[in-house]
Amino acid sequence: MSLYLIAVALLMCSGVPGLFLRRRGGEVAAGLMSLGALMGLTAAVRVLAGGPVATLVLPPAPLASAGLLTLDPLAALFALPVFLLTACAAVYGIGYWDNHQEHARTLRLVLGLLAASLAFLVVATHALPFLLGWEGMTISAFLLVLTEDRLPEVRRAAWLYLVCTHTGTLALFGAFALLSAATGQWTFSALPLGFAASGRGTALFLLCLFGFGFKAGIMPLHLWLPSTHAAAPSHVSAVMSGVMIKMGILGLVRLLCWIPDPPFWWGAVLMGLGALSGVLGVAFALGQHDLKRLLAYHSIENIGIILLGLGLGVLGKSTGHPVIQVLGFAGALLHVLNHSLFKGLLFLAAGSFIHATGTRDLERMGGLGQRMPWTSGAFLLGSWAISGLPPLNGFVSEWFIYLGSFRALGLFRWPWSLLVLTALALIGALALACFAKAHGAVFLGAPRSEAAGGAHEAPRSMRVPMGILAAGCALIGLAPMLLAPALDRVVAALGEGTRVQPLAPLAHLPSLSLLALVLLGLAFLLWRWLRPLDPGRTLPTWDCGYAVSSPRMQYTASSFADGLVAGLRWALWPRSRGGKVAGCFPADHPFESHVPDLILDRITDPAFQSLSMGAVLLRFLQGGKVHIYLLYVLLTLLTLLLWMVA
Amino acid sequence: MSLPSLTVSAQWVLHLLTLLLLPPLIPGLINKVKAVMAGRSGPPVLQLYYDLAKLARKQAVFSRTTTWVFLAGPVGTVAAGLVAGLLVPFGHTGTPLSFEGDVILFAYLFGLARFLTVLSALDTGSSFEGMGAAREVAFSALAEPALFLGFAALAKASSSLSLSTMLLGSGLGSGRMAGPLILVLVGWAIVFLAENARIPVDDPNTHLELTMIHEVMVLDHSGRPFALVLYGASLKLLVLGALLMDPVLPRAPQAWQNWLLFGAGLGALAVAVGLVESMSARFRMTKVPQFLLAGILASAFAFLLLLV
Repeated sequence: MSLYLIAVALLMCSGVPGLFLRRRGGEVAAGLMSLGALMGLTAAVRVLAGGPVATLVLPPAPLASAGLLTLDPLAALFALPVFLLTACAAVYGIGYWDNHQEHARTLRLVLGLLAASLAFLVVATHALPFLLGWEGMTISAFLLVLTEDRLPEVRRAAWLYLVCTHTGTLALFGAFALLSAATGQWTFSALPLGFAASGRGTALFLLCLFGFGFKAGIMPLHLWLPSTHAAAPSHVSAVMSGVMIKMGILGLVRLLCWIPDPPFWWGAVLMGLGALSGVLGVAFALGQHDLKRLLAYHSIENIGIILLGLGLGVLGKSTGHPVIQVLGFAGALLHVLNHSLFKGLLFLAAGSFIHATGTRDLERMGGLGQRMPWTSGAFLLGSWAISGLPPLNGFVSEWFIYLGSFRALGLFRWPWSLLVLTALALIGALALACFAKAHGAVFLGAPRSEAAGGAHEAPRSMRVPMGILAAGCALIGLAPMLLAPALDRVVAALGEGTRVQPLAPLAHLPSLSLLALVLLGLAFLLWRWLRPLDPGRTLPTWDCGYAVSSPRMQYTASSFADGLVAGLRWALWPRSRGGKVAGCFPADHPFESHVPDLILDRITDPAFQSLSMGAVLLRFLQGGKVHIYLLYVLLTLLTLLLWMVA
Repeated sequence: MSLPSLTVSAQWVLHLLTLLLLPPLIPGLINKVKAVMAGRSGPPVLQLYYDLAKLARKQAVFSRTTTWVFLAGPVGTVAAGLVAGLLVPFGHTGTPLSFEGDVILFAYLFGLARFLTVLSALDTGSSFEGMGAAREVAFSALAEPALFLGFAALAKASSSLSLSTMLLGSGLGSGRMAGPLILVLVGWAIVFLAENARIPVDDPNTHLELTMIHEVMVLDHSGRPFALVLYGASLKLLVLGALLMDPVLPRAPQAWQNWLLFGAGLGALAVAVGLVESMSARFRMTKVPQFLLAGILASAFAFLLLLV
């Protein structure tokens, strides 16, 4: 535990020396962060490998009950991505956001604070440190989003984020109050049997779902997520998307740990929300042409996949089917880790070509694969993994959830898990389409703008973090059985009181990695067969005989997605303007199309706007005249007096 | 000639040989049927073998805009197809590899092949290939749920998750299963036609680039990469064809009879595809999603029938 706490302290102070240094501030911060990350990872891996669970107990009586901070397997699993990704982001930040850029020093300082709050939050097992870590995370993330505060859209995004996340925190206060009323203490501990089915149990579940759901970005509550991720610097987006939104999942998982007998409908609600977030998340991603907004919508999709797994696990637990419980929970938890690896990788790769081209617009990129081969490879690997394709890590976690839902088909009278199955299949196909679009538009083909044509490869300090995350994706994909014992320990914590089965034989992990190796071997042999050919003759692309082709004639990202967006019109409500041509020799006509957010742009914004319009009607009450206010005071006092007498 | 029951290793060898050598025969058969139906003599049945041999000796031409991703498409298609071929049983002849949940891997391997093919099409920067790639991902988003709903129905019926027991399970022959099984096969037949780019979804013979899906994605491939593309397409016909036929093939007592049955089934499938192509026209592009939705509905109804 002390090793872990030193690591947290190191992360917290990592940005401080940089405040006073004229040069090398980024390197010092990255060094301190990496050192802290190494120590923290050591502590976490030790617990995951079966070491003793460490707790911290403080002497003062009200706090001394069971432990303020506990590094149990669950905390250790969530700590892995926290340390890995924040250290990678800090190293990446050296090249990406150097001293010349605005607020570079405070950015490093606050990034360290965010990392420390996250690391503190995952081990908190008491309401007070949990909320401290939660607020630290919220506020430091708010400051990080505000880095480019001269831009109005950045200020708007940061403000929206702050409002949303504090609304969620309000619900958490209520949830913790209910919790302490039920158990008589503020430490997290198991709730009595039967509590979950009671009215207060229902209230607790709904409050947690609302509070944690806001942070995680579950579908109707995701409204802050796309603009915030787009506004923040890319390495900050990587941390926010890879780690921070997972803290909402951590909260839900903690809740499930306390409940020995979750009702059936909890699982159904989680699965329903998961299917909604997953399918709509990827559908909205398809409609985006801002690359970072696209990636942000994919975070919502992946949160959906995680919820599908959690819901399946709850279903198994409430009906007493340990196999389904293990597969669902293991899939969800592994997907937490996997998503932070590949989403971190994707955001870093996105940052490195945004850095090179200065635009986030997919329609202005193209052909970067020839100019930035490393970044292109990293983005390809990330896309491959996030689409859940074998043999990378995204496939393994989805595989667990699939297995669980297939098994559940035969166990229940009604096929609840069919929802999981079809949702996953649809999400998989749409995610593939979306990443084919993103990778194709950015890296393949010919450059669509001068900026894209003049791009250069990222410096080594930006490539190394991408390499580390990519290696993580490949390792989990090729050798998932390395993680199986650790996952077993984490899932055991969730299955308190039930019989839990080991994962590796259940999911046939060795066969999976054998086939992954066969696939790679075959691909290598075929590659060798192709390679000796001399690619000496290079010609322009065959455009079916058309001689004067220009890069602007390429299929754009929007046209690539157009068929699917049109098919999903009922959910997306895309807007387009212009493009109508008339006459035999039409003049230039502008055309634009975009997909606004369903909740924010269609519901919340209009609702609050009409609310503030309605508030104008009440303005006469507050006219700024003191004697009127005095009259109010008098009237209030009189009313109170009357009420007391009566 | 009567062979004794084959040993495991002999089965492996036969399975691998079938998987590696048989595929190019299927398009040849289909084309022959089409030619006969049209009253032509048509190319020889072994034409694709000759084509592959010729392409393997030819020099490839690469577009200036392409990167290594251009080659990943053909390589990935063949590698993924071969691994998927290890998982699917060829009739009642035994599968080399079978474990619980291999259905999911099987389906996702085709996803991988599609992903890489689409990327290699986009790598050329050609608007035609982009068009084909966009259609491919849009239509497969509808084919995927149909495939998985079919798997779900069979998994529920056979209480198993491995491809070989699921497809060849003993419970499939009973009368109660007949209805759902027919519906699953209808759904999968639609998936089969769409995934293999056959009429009525796509026309493999068309040379009008604007209307093509699969063929237009490989316009720029030549030489050995193109040989892999053609071979990969025929491999897909074999593997998905085996998936489609397995539930209806009867079990024979002798191993060699089972192999014969499988061969006969494959021939029948090729003839059926040829007949469909001869007798129907390609759908308008806007009709294709409706056709694929019919596949989803057929599989979903199969599942519903199992519940009552």
